[in-house]
Amino acid sequence: MIELSINGAPKQLHASTTVAELIIELDLTGKRIAIERNGEIVPRSLFADTTLSSGDSLEIVVAVGGG
Amino acid sequence: MDKLIIAGKSYNSRLLVGTGKYKDFDETRLAVEASGAEIVTVAIRRTNIGQDATQPSLLDALPPSRYTYLPNTAGCYTADDAVRTLRLARELLDGHNLVKLEVLGDPKSLYPNVVETIKAAEILIREDFKVMVYTSDDPIIAKQFEAMGCVAVMPLASLIGSGMGILNPWNLQIIINELQVPVIVDAGVGTASDAAIAMELGCAGVLMNTAIAGAQHPVLMAGAMKKAVQAGREAYLAGRMPKKIYTASPSSPTTGVIGS
Repeated sequence: MIELSINGAPKQLHASTTVAELIIELDLTGKRIAIERNGEIVPRSLFADTTLSSGDSLEIVVAVGGG
Repeated sequence: MDKLIIAGKSYNSRLLVGTGKYKDFDETRLAVEASGAEIVTVAIRRTNIGQDATQPSLLDALPPSRYTYLPNTAGCYTADDAVRTLRLARELLDGHNLVKLEVLGDPKSLYPNVVETIKAAEILIREDFKVMVYTSDDPIIAKQFEAMGCVAVMPLASLIGSGMGILNPWNLQIIINELQVPVIVDAGVGTASDAAIAMELGCAGVLMNTAIAGAQHPVLMAGAMKKAVQAGREAYLAGRMPKKIYTASPSSPTTGVIGS
């Protein structure tokens, strides 16, 4: 298991989980989201090839109403 | 045809609207439609993990194919947070690079921190973003944002969400006179006459959210704002009559009055 932070909350995942697998696990499939990993954007095209590591800090965002 | 041109793209409507504070997405959609706005601002926020993915989203109510999305950095207090937010927004919106930059200085007044805003604008422009920048009504700072390459400068009329109207038309007028890029009043408009005054001053457009969403009848107010912006723009183009202090001038002929 690895431990990382998603949107500021701790989360445990199986070792060698990819971003694409995480999206399925979080039930975010089909949602329009963007992901930042340790301060860097993870492009959608690299979701399947990006393996998460212990200590990673992820931000997963959506567009919401705002001024 | 009198169009608003921002970063080389032209728009028929000079009213830009926010999408926050509505009671639901239906009301958001109806108000945006009534406003005639083509550019809508959106916020970027952490997704609610565990939320049902089939729930409707803002993007369903306002399809990005029909509207120009303007992602904002509302809630950011540092240049770094603002830049990170807009990089995420660009990824979220398939490379769309027109953005509204705002870096706040104080949670009570929501007054912009222009020092941090300048830092963020420099980075974003270097990274090929088209930056529409929310700022104070300081004409020197406004000029500086233009020189840096911001595609629109958006001074406040009064504090965000205050509805206090155009508090310093004199500063706005200097900014409008000095800048070549569109000057768009952002924040502070409370009712239709405020929007008309901004446009009569020569603003290229007006951006508002609470003035519509916070009205008793948002959809009705959205229509009022559309007309106010159009009326103000036409009055500006028509060129108002000069004010003649202490000098009346009759509208009817002065000769041929009976009994004379």
